[in-house]
Amino acid sequence: MKDIKVLGGCCGNCDTVMRMIADKAKALGAEIALEKVTDMAAIMAHGVMSTPGVVIDGKVVHAGGMPSAAAVEKWLTE
Amino acid sequence: MDPFLAVADLVAYTLLGLPPGSPTAAAVHFFVEDSLKIFVLLVAIVFAIGFFRSMLAPEKVRRILGGRSRLFSFPAAVGLGAVTPFCSCSSVPLFIGFLEAGVPLGVTMSFLIASPMINEIAVVLLATTIGVEFMLVYVATGLVVGLAGGLAIDRLRLEHWVEDYVWKIRMGQTQLPDGPATLSERLAFAWHQVREIVGRLWPYVLGGIAIGAVLHGYVPRDFFLEYAGADNPFAVPLAVLAGIPLYSNATGVIPVAEALLGKGVPVGTVLALMMSIAALSLPEIIMLKKVIKMPLIAVFVAILFVAFVAVGYLFNALYS
Repeated sequence: MKDIKVLGGCCGNCDTVMRMIADKAKALGAEIALEKVTDMAAIMAHGVMSTPGVVIDGKVVHAGGMPSAAAVEKWLTE
Repeated sequence: MDPFLAVADLVAYTLLGLPPGSPTAAAVHFFVEDSLKIFVLLVAIVFAIGFFRSMLAPEKVRRILGGRSRLFSFPAAVGLGAVTPFCSCSSVPLFIGFLEAGVPLGVTMSFLIASPMINEIAVVLLATTIGVEFMLVYVATGLVVGLAGGLAIDRLRLEHWVEDYVWKIRMGQTQLPDGPATLSERLAFAWHQVREIVGRLWPYVLGGIAIGAVLHGYVPRDFFLEYAGADNPFAVPLAVLAGIPLYSNATGVIPVAEALLGKGVPVGTVLALMMSIAALSLPEIIMLKKVIKMPLIAVFVAILFVAFVAVGYLFNALYS
């Protein structure tokens, strides 16, 4: 089971990324624990300044802008 | 012949059969020509930049600016502000991250002022739609205003007006993922950038072109000469005030500026309006409110207001 965090609070982008990951996980049948992190101190603690950011099992895999569908699939299958 | 002009001629005069010289023909012509030109250029620029990936991430800028002397960090902040893209949502983490890295408050503000005004898209579009000279003037004044605004905030020593929690945040160390490496990865990344950035900008751009087209076609030249002409000393401050609640991306302002210049509105007044719309906006102020206290917001707005008005008067005087 992968522990996935989406970092970012304000714009709709972060929700879109949440949905992308949730949908893809469902389609692949991958088991994930998805969480949204909006607290600024917690976001910065990951070393990320540009949101949305994505953290998988404690490792930052994406920062700033929308990830591509291919990237999301790669995170979930690796 | 200019292909955009040719298509606009075809649509306005041949397909729609509008009589040349009528207000509707002028507006439709402006709309078609600018939409085509701006969107083709926008896609080309974003794709090229995405391919070469020469744009800097804010995380890198933070490392470059942190712990350096002001002699280096002030000019570097405005310069990097011009080439670093960030969405207004990121202004809060960016602000905190810079301060945490030891970047002075004034330098951080310089970056925040310069970044929304100047970017590679605005540079290419200004040069092609309005002219190279206007583009150079816009970029140079944008850099100077960013530098002057940040230096003023630095001199006033306003660090106590930054919210207390900001100073307590500690940023973690992380290895950010690498960018694309192979040719096909680069092409895919560049195309993805086009979809994301153009997808975000198009409403502003189309809105700007529509406003520009209406101004170009329907508003008589005399109207602007009377209210926004060089004789009206209040035109410049009013243009700056009008720009504060208006929020658009620097790209969306360009067609409006093009139409206003075409109607004989003085260069300084147009510059002041453009900068105010791009750099001073309510959403930006609401964002900054999360990290700085009201008095500093007031100082920030006042400094930019004075700077834009000064830019307006200066260029109206120089070009009259």
